[in-house]
Amino acid sequence: MDDGLYQIWVYLSTTPLLGLTVTLVAYQAGMWIYTRAGLHPLLNPVLIAVVLLVGLLMVTGTEYRTYFDGAQFVHFMLGPATVALAVPLYRQFQKVRRSFVLILVAILSGSATAALSAIGVAWALGASRETLLSLAPKSVTAPIAMGIAEATGGVPSLTAVLVILTGILGAVLGTWTLNALRITDWRARGLAMGTASHGIGTARALQVNDVAGAFASLAMGLNGLATAVLLPLILGLIF
Amino acid sequence: MTLGFITLLLVFQLVGEVISKGLDLPLPGPVVGMALLFLALVIKGDVPNGLKDTAGGLLKHLSLLFVPAGVGVMLHLHMIRDEWLPISVALVVSTVATIAVTALVMKGCCRFVDEDRGQEPNDG
Repeated sequence: MDDGLYQIWVYLSTTPLLGLTVTLVAYQAGMWIYTRAGLHPLLNPVLIAVVLLVGLLMVTGTEYRTYFDGAQFVHFMLGPATVALAVPLYRQFQKVRRSFVLILVAILSGSATAALSAIGVAWALGASRETLLSLAPKSVTAPIAMGIAEATGGVPSLTAVLVILTGILGAVLGTWTLNALRITDWRARGLAMGTASHGIGTARALQVNDVAGAFASLAMGLNGLATAVLLPLILGLIF
Repeated sequence: MTLGFITLLLVFQLVGEVISKGLDLPLPGPVVGMALLFLALVIKGDVPNGLKDTAGGLLKHLSLLFVPAGVGVMLHLHMIRDEWLPISVALVVSTVATIAVTALVMKGCCRFVDEDRGQEPNDG
């Protein structure tokens, strides 16, 4: 590298500006590819951005900590965004108030299934304790899941990646599973997608049917709350 | 987005953190904040327009917000390499199981409730 250019790099790589800017650029590149590919679930923009950034940091030999000095400004907004989830949750709640108790029963069943089946299968195949704890909240929307992982002894950044993968899996396998079970009710289909695969499943449900979409977003919010309450209790019994 | 409603979200988060830490709850502070805001909306009975816009603006770019944490996966690549089999099988099995259980329970519940109103969709 040219010496002057190298000096600029040395300076920039220590300021928060670079980490913040590359995060935004990588995400927009991810969105561009995702949109161009007709919203294909495997080309999730977050997944693309993460792959691009990990590649960039490895090629330039930059430490994650240095990158995070800048990226933390984006990361910080997860807190207020989690609080803001109360707004769509309330709006969906108003729509389905009457059948609320039944919906709650279905979501609680799904929430317990998600955590117990993930822990059980991974444990049977010999996963480490850290991995089990990071897997447990994988069906919950990322900001809540990461908070849960942090509170229960998992690895939040590993959880973030597992959450995204779960979302993609749900979007890809959901239609097939629901058809195989002959579930024709849009309410049940949406609820299942939102509970199992949070925002990515909800986005998929919204593309297919309005009712399914509304039930999916309610399920995403309530499953976040339910898992945050239930999971520490379940983990307390197991570990 | 108005400054007032951003402040409101941060205040709910802060109160959530204080309650979570103060009572030693296993719940993350922002989740407690979300539950409190949800309760406040139920009591108030509607969502103020400014809050609707602020929350909407923030949630529109929600997926961007977990990119920095996602990049943290580079610190755990060895762990994923060592445990790729349990991780991938657990993800697939658990996702399919969760979809199946949630949908079947909801279907069972709906049938039980809709019977009175005769709205049960006849799907054999």
